[in-house]
Amino acid sequence: MSTPPVIEVRGLTRRFGHFTAVDAVDFDVQPGEIFGYLGANGAGKSTTIRMLCGLLAPSSGTARVAGHDIATDPQAVKRSIGYMSQKFSLYLDLTPAENLSFFAGAYGMRGAERRKRVEAALEEAELVDRRTTLTRDLPGGVRQRLALVSARLHRPAVLFLDEPTAGVAPDARRAFWRDIRALARAGTTLFVTTHHLDEAEYCARVGLMVDGRLVALDTPPGLKRTHVPGTFLAVETASGLPALRSALSDVAGILGVQPFGRRLRVRFALGAPLADPAALVAHLGGRGLANPSVEASDATLEDVFLELVRRSEPKEGAA
Amino acid sequence: MSIVAQGLRRSFGREVAVDGLSLQVGHGELYGLVGPDGAGKTTTLRMMAGLLTPDAGTVRVHPEATTAGTAASEGLAIGTDAARAALGYMPQHYSLYGDLSVDENLTFFGRLFGLSKAERTTRMDRLLHITRLTRFRDRRAEALSGGMYKKLALACALLHQPKVLLLDEPSNGVDPVSRRELWDLLHDFVEGGMAVLLCTPYMDEAARCHRVGLLHHGRLLAEGPPGDLVARFRHPTVRLFVDNRDTVEATLAADPAVLAVSPEGPALRVVVRAGVPSPLARFGGRVESVAAEFEDVFLGLLRDPDAIAPARAA
Repeated sequence: MSTPPVIEVRGLTRRFGHFTAVDAVDFDVQPGEIFGYLGANGAGKSTTIRMLCGLLAPSSGTARVAGHDIATDPQAVKRSIGYMSQKFSLYLDLTPAENLSFFAGAYGMRGAERRKRVEAALEEAELVDRRTTLTRDLPGGVRQRLALVSARLHRPAVLFLDEPTAGVAPDARRAFWRDIRALARAGTTLFVTTHHLDEAEYCARVGLMVDGRLVALDTPPGLKRTHVPGTFLAVETASGLPALRSALSDVAGILGVQPFGRRLRVRFALGAPLADPAALVAHLGGRGLANPSVEASDATLEDVFLELVRRSEPKEGAA
Repeated sequence: MSIVAQGLRRSFGREVAVDGLSLQVGHGELYGLVGPDGAGKTTTLRMMAGLLTPDAGTVRVHPEATTAGTAASEGLAIGTDAARAALGYMPQHYSLYGDLSVDENLTFFGRLFGLSKAERTTRMDRLLHITRLTRFRDRRAEALSGGMYKKLALACALLHQPKVLLLDEPSNGVDPVSRRELWDLLHDFVEGGMAVLLCTPYMDEAARCHRVGLLHHGRLLAEGPPGDLVARFRHPTVRLFVDNRDTVEATLAADPAVLAVSPEGPALRVVVRAGVPSPLARFGGRVESVAAEFEDVFLGLLRDPDAIAPARAA
C-alpha cells in the first residue's frame, strides 16, 4: 500500500512501576480502515488507547497518529482524533443542540462557526425536529447517532469507538455500522474496541492483546483459519447433556466441548474420522442416544480469543 | 415450574415499561429474556425478585418441582421470607463493599442470610472454588477485574443456595474469557436442577439458553427454544454476492420487501420477506440460501409480528 499509515506504532511500551501494561507493541492502521482492538480486562487495551489519544506518555517506543508524534506533540494528536463510547459521551440532561454546542466549544469552535457546525451535525443526525428534546428521552439508536456526530464535530482523521453499540437494538446497530462504513469509505479511520466479538466481525482487521502484548493481528477469517483450525459441530440429543458428554468422551480428535443451551458445541481436529454430521449421528445412535442431531457450526472470534488467551496463560485464565 | 409470572404490568409516569408479560421458568431450565436497552428487562427482573411492586400481575415461586398446570394461587408469594429464601438475584450493578476483601464480602452476605459459621465456611470454600476465586480471597473487591467482580457478586447471590436465580445482564462489561466461564458455570447450575432466568441485550447469547423470550417495548414478541424459533421463522435468509456491495446494501435497507440486511464477509446477508417478488433479482448477483440466525429472527419480528409460524400442537 502506497499511502502512509495513519496510525504507526513501533515498540510502544508503558510501565507502571514494575508492571508492564503495554509491552513492545507494533502495528499500522491504514487510512479508512476499520481496525478492531480486543483484549481481556487488564490486557493493556485502555493503556494503549490512552497513549494513542495523547493522554498518556509512553515509557518507550513511538507512535504517530495522523502524522503527529504522541510523545512530543500530544496536543496535535488530540485535535486529530475523536472519541465515542455508547455509555459516557453525552450529557443526558442537555438537549441534542446543547450537547453539540458544548462539544463544539470544547473543540475550540466559537461564534458563527460553532453555530454552523452544530446545525450541520443536527441535520446529519436527523435531529433537527428533536433539537429541544432532552437527550435522556431519545431512543438508544438516536442517542448513538448523536454521540457519533458529536465526536466528529471537528472532523477528526481518526475516530476511537469504545464499545460503541453495547445494548443497542439490532436494527439500530446495523444502521450505526452502515454509517461507520460510510465514514471509512470517505477516509476516516476507525479504531474500535469491544468485548462483544460479533461486533469485531465488522472490522477489516483485528488485533488481540494478552498481558500487554499484541499476540495476533489479522482479518477475522484469517484469525479463525490460523488459530482455531478444525471442524465445529453442534450436537443435540433427547437423552440430555450428561449422556451426550459421556458418549463423546472416547471419540478421537475432539479438541474442545462447550455447552450451548441444550446443545454441545464440539471442535474436532481437521480430518478427525467423526468430524462429519452424518458420521457423528451414526456413532451417537450406535451408542444408544435418542434422536441425535448434528449441525455444522462456524468458528467464532470468541473461539480465537479463548484459544489465544489459553495458549498465553497455561496456568489460569485472565479472569 | 419454579417461578411463574402472570400478567405483569408496570408503568413509570406515562411510560409503560412492562406491558402484560407472563413467563415461567422450570427447574433445570436456563431462560433468557433477550431485548435491547429499554425493552423492560430490568423492570421485569426487579418485579420477579420482589424489589418493585407491579401495577398488575403476580409472581409465584415454587421451590419444589411441580407439575404443569399448577394453579396461580399455589406456591410462594413474592415478598415473603420463604420466597426470599428460594430466590437469588444479581442486579446489573451489584454493590459489593470495595474496601472489603473477597472473603469479607462473602462473610458479610453470609451473615445477612443468617448462615452459621460452619455453613458459611463450607459454602464459601465451595463457591470460591467453582468461581476460581480462591487465590484472590484476600484481594479487595475494588481491585478485582470486571469478570472477577461479577463472579464474586454471583457467589454472594448463591450463598443461601437459592432454587431460582435471577441475573440482570451477567455478561455486561465482562471480557470474553470470563464471559465463557460464567456461561459454563450457569450450565453447571441448571444441570444441577436450578432454575435460571437471565436477561441480556446480546442476540448471540440467546442461542446459549434453553428457552428465550424476545422482549420489545415491554411485551414478548416470541418465546420458545432458540432452535425452534429459528426453525419456525417464515422468511428466507440468503447471502447475496454483488460487486457494489455498499450501494446495494443502502438500496436494500430501504426496500419494504427486505426485513434485514448487513454485510457478511464479501457478501450481504439479507432476510427477504416471504411471499413477495424477490427484491434481489434485479441486482443479478449470486444468491445463496443460508440458515437463519437468532438476530435475523429478531429483526424479522420487528418488521413482521407474524414472522414466526405457530408451534405445532404437541
